[in-house]
Amino acid sequence: MDTAVETTLTVNGTTLTRRIEPRVHLVDFLRDELGLTGSHIGCEHGVCGACTVRVNGEIVRGCLMLAVQADGCKVETVEGLSDSRELEKLQKAFHERNALQCGFCTPGMLMAAQDLLNAGGKPSREEIRTHISGNYCRCTGYQAIVDAIEDCLNGQG
Amino acid sequence: MGKAELPLHAPGTQLDRGYIGQSVPRPNAQRLLQGRGTFTDDLRFPRLAHVAFFRSPYAHARIRKLDFKSALRAPGVIAVLDGRAVAEYCTPWVAVLAHLKGIKSPPQHAIAIERACWQGEACAAVVAESRSQAEDAVALIEAEWQELPAVVDMDDALRGKSVIHPELGDNICFRREHDTGGVDDAFAAADVVVEETFHFGRHTGVCLEGRAILADYNAAEHSLTVYHATQAPHMMQDIFSRHLGIPEASVRVITKDVGGSFGIKVHVYPDEMATAAISVMLRRPVKFVADRLESFVSDIHAREHKAKVRLAVSKSGEILAFELDDVTAIGPYSVYPRTSGIEGNQVVNLTGGPYKHQKYRARMHVVFTNKNVTCQYRAVGHPIAVALTEGIVDLAAQKLGMDPAEFRRRNLIADDAYPYTFPSGIKFEKLSHHKALDLLLKKMDYPALREEQKRLRAQGVYRGIGLAAMIEVTNPSPAFYGVGGARISAQDGATLRLEPTGMLTVMCSVTEQGQGTEAIFAQIAASAVGVSLEKVRVITGDTGITPYGGGTWASRGAGIGGEAVLLAGRALRSNMLDIAAAILKTDKSELDIAANAVVHKLTTEKKLDLAELGRIAYFRPDTLPPEFQSELTVTRHYTPRQYGFTFTNGIQASHVEVDPDTGFVRLLKHWCVEDSGTVINPMLVDEQLRGGVVQGIGAALFEECLYGPDGQLLNGNLADYLVPMALEMPDIVCAHLETPTQQSQLGAKGVGEAGTAGAPGAVMNAINDALLPLDARVTAMPFTPERILKALKKV
Repeated sequence: MDTAVETTLTVNGTTLTRRIEPRVHLVDFLRDELGLTGSHIGCEHGVCGACTVRVNGEIVRGCLMLAVQADGCKVETVEGLSDSRELEKLQKAFHERNALQCGFCTPGMLMAAQDLLNAGGKPSREEIRTHISGNYCRCTGYQAIVDAIEDCLNGQG
Repeated sequence: MGKAELPLHAPGTQLDRGYIGQSVPRPNAQRLLQGRGTFTDDLRFPRLAHVAFFRSPYAHARIRKLDFKSALRAPGVIAVLDGRAVAEYCTPWVAVLAHLKGIKSPPQHAIAIERACWQGEACAAVVAESRSQAEDAVALIEAEWQELPAVVDMDDALRGKSVIHPELGDNICFRREHDTGGVDDAFAAADVVVEETFHFGRHTGVCLEGRAILADYNAAEHSLTVYHATQAPHMMQDIFSRHLGIPEASVRVITKDVGGSFGIKVHVYPDEMATAAISVMLRRPVKFVADRLESFVSDIHAREHKAKVRLAVSKSGEILAFELDDVTAIGPYSVYPRTSGIEGNQVVNLTGGPYKHQKYRARMHVVFTNKNVTCQYRAVGHPIAVALTEGIVDLAAQKLGMDPAEFRRRNLIADDAYPYTFPSGIKFEKLSHHKALDLLLKKMDYPALREEQKRLRAQGVYRGIGLAAMIEVTNPSPAFYGVGGARISAQDGATLRLEPTGMLTVMCSVTEQGQGTEAIFAQIAASAVGVSLEKVRVITGDTGITPYGGGTWASRGAGIGGEAVLLAGRALRSNMLDIAAAILKTDKSELDIAANAVVHKLTTEKKLDLAELGRIAYFRPDTLPPEFQSELTVTRHYTPRQYGFTFTNGIQASHVEVDPDTGFVRLLKHWCVEDSGTVINPMLVDEQLRGGVVQGIGAALFEECLYGPDGQLLNGNLADYLVPMALEMPDIVCAHLETPTQQSQLGAKGVGEAGTAGAPGAVMNAINDALLPLDARVTAMPFTPERILKALKKV
């Protein structure tokens, strides 16, 4: 029985239409159907944040949203925001601070951090830590990540 | 072996130690920052099949019947296999080592046959066109089980009323006793004797990337290529070869980007062996990636110790003797090929390690239980040994009314006492405990913190300061595994090749999982050869390309792999100078290499670009003397020989505030002073320490695999199993001492596990220091609010 649903969405600026099974998560669709493997799967139950992507300007868990729910939406991934250079400052600061080790959490972490930068204002260190607490990192201990985000907020990134 | 002639290059070349000691960012981080790395699950193969496993719902049960009929009819299903079917392609293993005398474990199969011994053990495999189809079909497998008594508690295991493997006679995997003699006399003569039992919860690594393997069997060649998220590709090559019956040279293990390992990905996992066997059986590429839920029941767990420790002390605060009785529960099998006896063995080796007493008695039991297996996870044994040593030392200081820093100063092994043999038998080349203690106290402004603590206590604010001195095993020789019969290389190798353009390719057997291995190898190679860093490319993680070696574990990458790179770099530089001398018709002794060019050694005048040297050597050797052959590829290996392990030392401090009403612990700050010998990249060393400290904090405060009385894991998901989050973590101050090892020219010791080794003990001591005026004390990790409130008798 064909239960697939025709879905049209814009991914990293390209509008495409696919027939998608309703059970497929957005992150699985991005990875398996579109080959955008930069968004990672860490827990599949909405805790670790490794699959964080941007949908209509809001960061979401790619494992908690179904791909068919993205019909008509604008989806952005780490690949898209790298090519558009939106993440450039953060990427540079992360590189200089070694704010990543294995790099598995990094795309999601960058999405969360960019969300904070885009919100404007001058969050404190504690507010930075709060904002990224939905993104787990097992390697760094977080301090370098906080430092890198702080560098960008201070215009040093 | 003598020390490196530092500077590595002739005076005046401006290179001095080159890039060694510089905080250069990791070149290979760029791809990860753009999401353009290649983790094993990112690979796409034609005809790729996916495996999902049917896992035991019981801790201990006989498999009476497995009915695959419905599963086989499910969409996309290619095969459904039981343990017997897979065993035809994969022989079982027994994880024992000859130097752990008496260690025993039963044969273990890739997929359980007849009996499941822990909840989560793979009992059948479904292969399908997609992972979701495979999972759907797993749900259709019908099984008939006969539940067997589950041994869950370590004391029950030790008593042995119910024996998990009757053919072994009891539940004891391994036991060790150690006695220097004179312990009873020392305790009899002591002014103060303190005793405490410490409990260490089970926890696990939670690599953000689940275990991942893609096995691709080529039936025409009878060859197997395995893309594997592993720390030890050559070890796995040997194991796939022997257990699948494929010639070693026909097995190639390729390790792409790895999303965290921490020791979790250095073991042989039954489901991964099954995946490789299924690829052979089905003659097509097959992939398995552990999802988070199955990671919790199948990734190795670690720790779970109960350790009673006694300390004999004189009035003046001199430690006279240590006594230890440790029990650790490891699940139903010793894990292959490193065994699950090592952690307990390490606890015996390391307990009391920083101190100068000579009397020591230890008893240790490793017991089987019907829970997931445990094995080596970051810092293996150290967090246990450090916490129980530092916990009992603090208790002794408290009984004597002595400041804990002063008590340590009186007992730490003197900085001029080396080489030194510790009463457990381990040998220290050179450590710097007193320098480290002084530096730590200065960094944290210890007297000011004590003043503040006193002031705040009067206001009802309970802050605590905890210290943890430690020793750490790094750069292991074959004494760790090889002497016991494990086919795990203690040696590593590096191949350096000068390319025609003057670029440098480095291939090394040590692997990268984010620690910065490739970055420091580039730094060492560039410095040793005389090229700039951007000219260097590093390749690791491919048994088909790199020299043979052990890989990444036991804090050995920099010290062992780095030395191999240095030796190869110096040899290549010498070869390059031979060619330059032939081209320039000059004596070699007059030449040196600096900044990508051959220069005059004394005047540093540039004589020849390395790109020109490469062009002539490769494309115009006809212009060189007829008997001359250039050699621009060099391989060197290294293994430590003089000491079994190159011990490092360090000391950490934790500053916490405990809320006596809620039991919550707020981490205010953490300090870490570490002597890891020559520091190659200070930033990367700091980041290893910080990441390690936070994993240690996880063990101290949050992480525990909780089991019910029936052997069911109660919190096997990332919502219920707590790991440290950004908001809860403190800033961590790092400082270094450098006592290079004299065994190598590079002088580097390991650092990857130091943070994890020391942090739990430091946090524990800080909490107990905070609780002191409230007459409460905690000794069971993790120190949850509930446990703290219980200690305060509030719940």
